[in-house]
Amino acid sequence: MQMDNLEEARRQAEICNACRYCEGYCAVFPALQLHRSFSEGTITQLANLCHNCRGCYYACQYTAPHEFNINIPQVMAEARQKSWESFAWPGGIARIFQKRGSLIALATIIGFAVIFYVIRALKPSGGEGFYAVISHATMTGIFLPAFLYPLFSMGISLRRYWRKVGGEEITWDHFRRALISAGKLKNLSGGHGDGCNFEEEDRFSNQRRYAHQAVLYGFLLCFAATCSGAVMYYFLNMPGPYPIFSIPKLLGIPGGLLILVGCSKLIQLKLKADPELGSARVWSGEMGFVGLLLFIALSGLLLFVLGGTAALPLLLDLHLGAVLAFFLLTPYTKMAHGFYRMAALIRDAQMKTES
Amino acid sequence: MNKHYDLAVIGGGNAALCAAITAAELGAKVIILETAPKPYRGGNSRHTRDIRCMHRGPLGPLEGDYSEDEYYEDLLKVTGGKTNEQLARLVIRSSESALPWMQKHGAHFQPPLSGTLSLTRTNAFFLGGGKSLVNAYYRTADKLGVDVLYRAHVKHLQLKGNLITRVDYVYEGQQYQIEPSSVVVASGGFEANLEWLEKVWGPAAENFLIRGTPYNRGVVLEDLLEQGVQSVGDPTQCHAVAIDGRAPKFDGGIVTRLDCVPFSIVVNKEAQRFYDEGEDIWPKRYAIWGRLVAQQPDQVAFAIIDSKSLKMFMPSAFPPTEANTLEELAEKTGLPSEKLIDTIATFNSACSSSEAFHPTELDGVTTTGLTPEKTNWARPINEPPFYCYSLRTGVTFTYLALKIDENAQCSTATGLVKNLWAAGETMAGSILSQGYLAGLGMMIGTVFGRIAGREAANYANG
Repeated sequence: MQMDNLEEARRQAEICNACRYCEGYCAVFPALQLHRSFSEGTITQLANLCHNCRGCYYACQYTAPHEFNINIPQVMAEARQKSWESFAWPGGIARIFQKRGSLIALATIIGFAVIFYVIRALKPSGGEGFYAVISHATMTGIFLPAFLYPLFSMGISLRRYWRKVGGEEITWDHFRRALISAGKLKNLSGGHGDGCNFEEEDRFSNQRRYAHQAVLYGFLLCFAATCSGAVMYYFLNMPGPYPIFSIPKLLGIPGGLLILVGCSKLIQLKLKADPELGSARVWSGEMGFVGLLLFIALSGLLLFVLGGTAALPLLLDLHLGAVLAFFLLTPYTKMAHGFYRMAALIRDAQMKTES
Repeated sequence: MNKHYDLAVIGGGNAALCAAITAAELGAKVIILETAPKPYRGGNSRHTRDIRCMHRGPLGPLEGDYSEDEYYEDLLKVTGGKTNEQLARLVIRSSESALPWMQKHGAHFQPPLSGTLSLTRTNAFFLGGGKSLVNAYYRTADKLGVDVLYRAHVKHLQLKGNLITRVDYVYEGQQYQIEPSSVVVASGGFEANLEWLEKVWGPAAENFLIRGTPYNRGVVLEDLLEQGVQSVGDPTQCHAVAIDGRAPKFDGGIVTRLDCVPFSIVVNKEAQRFYDEGEDIWPKRYAIWGRLVAQQPDQVAFAIIDSKSLKMFMPSAFPPTEANTLEELAEKTGLPSEKLIDTIATFNSACSSSEAFHPTELDGVTTTGLTPEKTNWARPINEPPFYCYSLRTGVTFTYLALKIDENAQCSTATGLVKNLWAAGETMAGSILSQGYLAGLGMMIGTVFGRIAGREAANYANG
């Protein structure tokens, strides 16, 4: 973390700690109040606990033009981004992607689509549906490592995070509490259930919370669809393509729709939100990430609708290229926030148990 | 501004908003004329965080019960009996229905959670503090069609006979006049008017810090008093607390408070103690120290503790001066070194056993043979590092106010002013003539804001 932002975060945290008006908004403030001084690890933990709901900013009597110039959502967003950059493995990549997100996302999709085209050109294969375009073996040959690599990389990052924030042995209870908080997105409820102040100054709304959960649960449904497909392929000897009334389709279609709706809403909200209350530096990277996720959902649904037409090979190239980009870039994009947030929520549950 | 308004509300804090919302709900066309720019709207209400409420049984975020008589007794204690009983009891009785009204109009309260102040029975805490309450009220007012003009400096209310005929204000350097049917004044006291404070306090006032909004300059209050509108309250009184000496001149708010006094010795710039630091616990101690510091040379004081006390009070916004020896502390703070060492040595030798020391109650751990005594929490200051917080006088509000009746209506020597009402700090002096009871100011603003809004709308509606 850069010293100037760390110092700034400390200065603001000390003022917050003397005020405490915001303690009911989210988990950040009760966690902040456990300290008298703020180490880099503490600031890192607080920053990853912050959901950028902005409730504290609009409630604060010390925001600019006041000379205290408090802007906790921004200083925490900056600290959070810096922490991800420093934990990412291998280093360096995260910084590039976070700054120039949209550009790199686009380049990646095109790049991967080209790769797929080449692979297909080299290995024309038999089979039905998708497999007429690309063989199952080629697909798993590419996607299994592409799936395992980010998990490996995130594992290293999370270990670094855990050491920095002084995390302890995780019990089932800590994990369960973090899971419930994430599942309900409790920290975006505003403490009163009316939601956050993300969209239009101090107006409370649950739109961001609901849009985020649509993406999260949509993603989980799609992931479950893929897993069920794998089980059917390998263990039940039921290769695809699957009919509409099959488990992969019944999970995948609503999943895709949820991601589509959620991402569209998140993009719309992000366009309305005040960039000064986040890390403006990485705005493009965050937009790029949500855009990529939206593209995956859209191309996946189009594959379902237009799978029987001549558009299939092109759509499949684009879809698989985007999915591959998404997986490989996970440790270096906004996708990483989910892992860090879970870690921060688990650590928070530990701190609450201790105090 | 050519539109006709039924009601002009002067001011933009809690009381003003309660009046505007109430009047708008009764069908009045309302304009709020707020001196502050939008980011600073809300007057001193921005810096508040709770409201005191009578209740029979649990109510909203409040536990247990808090009777009318207990509330009134608490008020008598802080004011030394000087209050208008009729108006005070009106506020107290109305407070029970005020809380649900607040919730209905957007106020969110904290569930009782932290217990930094043991007030969960008597006081409801705003989720996010006073500014979030003000934000919610502005949203509500906006939905009701209330117009708000920020940076509108009201200079004069023209009083003709028993009627306000005109409101003059300056907006972006231009003068404007409107002729609303009714006027509610809810524009605070005069604590941010340094010249006025100097008239009252003499040159010492130059060294005072103003804890709240820089916009409470008492312009409308003075204007009305000059035109013969009746007043109450002592013009020479203001509520002053001892706050961190490094606080901004204006608007420092809650984070400038220092809770270290009971665990410290407090000396003036000559390194001399001047009052019993252990006399009492919050809130009494809090209210007297502003005045005590104001009487010291240069209106400054220094609270000194050692390492064993550092974490016994709420953290402060500014870190204390830290030193490993008393000589170093004297050097860093500019206090006379020999005298400081002597004062502390004298104090330490007057301390006896501190076995009974208890940080949250009057523990009777006292000095013997010392002048002035420290009658509680008297522990020797002998464990380095040593810490020092500088103290100054922080003015919170003034008591001089417009005299009103139970309808919040103002009057002159010849009787009621037909279309003028007052709410909030502008009239609170009727109830609070000295001292302060946490959360009472906001309740006076809420109750009389609603009354003033109702009366003003009824008058305008004919």
